[in-house]
Amino acid sequence: MNLTNSLQSIPNQVPEAAREATFHLFLGIGAVLLFASIVGWLLRWKLGRENGVVANLVARTNAWWVMVAVIGIALLGGQTGVVVLFGLVSFFALREFITLTSTRRGDHYALLTCFFVFLPLQYVFVWQHWYGMFSILIPVYAFLLMPFLACLGHETQNFLARATQTQWGLMICVYAISHVPALLALNIAGYEERNLLLVVFLILVVQSSDVLQYVWGKLLGRHKIAPNVSPSKTLEGFLGGVASATGLGAALFWITPFTPLQAAGMALAITLMGFAGGLVMSAIKRDRGVKDWGHMIEGHGGMLDRLDSVCFSAPVFFHLVRYFFTA
Amino acid sequence: MQWFDRLVGRFLIALARILTGAYANWLGCRPEPRQRLYFANHSSHLDFLLLWAMLPPSIRYQTRPVAGADYWGASSLRRYLIHRVFRGVLVERARPSAGHNPLAPLQAALDAGDSLIFFPEGTRSLDGEMQAFKGGLYHLARDNPQVEFVPVRMENLNRVMPKGNLLPVPLVCILSFGAPVGLGADEAKPDFLVRARQAVLDMMPKH
Repeated sequence: MNLTNSLQSIPNQVPEAAREATFHLFLGIGAVLLFASIVGWLLRWKLGRENGVVANLVARTNAWWVMVAVIGIALLGGQTGVVVLFGLVSFFALREFITLTSTRRGDHYALLTCFFVFLPLQYVFVWQHWYGMFSILIPVYAFLLMPFLACLGHETQNFLARATQTQWGLMICVYAISHVPALLALNIAGYEERNLLLVVFLILVVQSSDVLQYVWGKLLGRHKIAPNVSPSKTLEGFLGGVASATGLGAALFWITPFTPLQAAGMALAITLMGFAGGLVMSAIKRDRGVKDWGHMIEGHGGMLDRLDSVCFSAPVFFHLVRYFFTA
Repeated sequence: MQWFDRLVGRFLIALARILTGAYANWLGCRPEPRQRLYFANHSSHLDFLLLWAMLPPSIRYQTRPVAGADYWGASSLRRYLIHRVFRGVLVERARPSAGHNPLAPLQAALDAGDSLIFFPEGTRSLDGEMQAFKGGLYHLARDNPQVEFVPVRMENLNRVMPKGNLLPVPLVCILSFGAPVGLGADEAKPDFLVRARQAVLDMMPKH
């Protein structure tokens, strides 16, 4: 059976080369989620609705269904759909981040510029595949302009701290996250029209690494890695999660331009960076005295709680692919 | 044309929610269809819109914001919004004098069975610090024992739209609703005002 022919109804924004693989992947993800949902229902039936861990598991799984559906719809919109989705994700993430900073009245214009100038501009440049611009817009132009705008507010109290927090918010929530759709701008010989699958590869590896670290930690976790920063992270969870997510990445080599060994290497880099991201973002939350970044995603917390690992792995994955696989 | 006014209201609520990601935290009471006066700290023009947005629609249209006549009467667009969309109760911000009771429109709305959204500080402060409550809250509590006085704490709104700025910065706002504050049998006016203000201050958002 030629599946590609039966998928003609999918809008032609998605290049034909990527359709069949994407369809198979989503069938696979659907099967995994269905399994998780059934386990959740069975546990709830056995242990009762009052069990907090089970309730959280069910809420998390339900949120995953929604997130997978949203990503699926964005992929149907092709490259524009993915750019718009991550633009919105950046907006919600930046909103959560700036909420927890200690900006003052004097930062008003700087913050307006963050949200309504630099965020949209960054995604326009990504959408245009203008590497020279999207790679320096925030580290150079925003970095120099934002503190100047903050000066116009005539407030010097905690100036350096405020300027730093604003720049951090832009770097993490806009610059780093925009490197997910930026994967579409890479020209890899022999992989033309299939870049959407690189986005799928990155998200799948990084998110399953989070889930697998959580699962391994719950099953075998004994030794805490950083009890002061993130009490739920254990050595067993870390090793088991990294190893199994690396294995998953290697098994997904057929959707990438990599050999199985290269895919494993990439997945290892992604999971290690993702772990670092989770730890750093957790340290910020601790410092600000909150448990979650927000409440947008039921069972998970805020947008940034789900994306902390993506923030750190996306730029590194982008540059590894760019250095080793583009001309 | 009521459907159009409601549509405008829905649109503004959606806009405010997208910008602020506002989130209601019902700590001391539930959103119930009882006659209430919600009193909150005041920091931006968005305040009552967000509080209004947090109420379920069936209660929302029975709940009228109290707003300054000088600001909301200044242009035809503002007049349309405050009268038709929000069904606001306008008050003159002049000192009470003989023959002029600024609370009269509020009392009329309460007599008609409506709930109110009220900002007892009167005006917005520059730094987001809460100011002392004015006497109006006491008089309303004394004359309307059947009404529940619900304290509401609005977090971050002064950062979303500081006084003197028109464009809002998108930040997450949390609105905490506390347990109703009743006037004691022989509680003096200053005591009640301090206690009511403290009830707003004391609510820390649940993270």
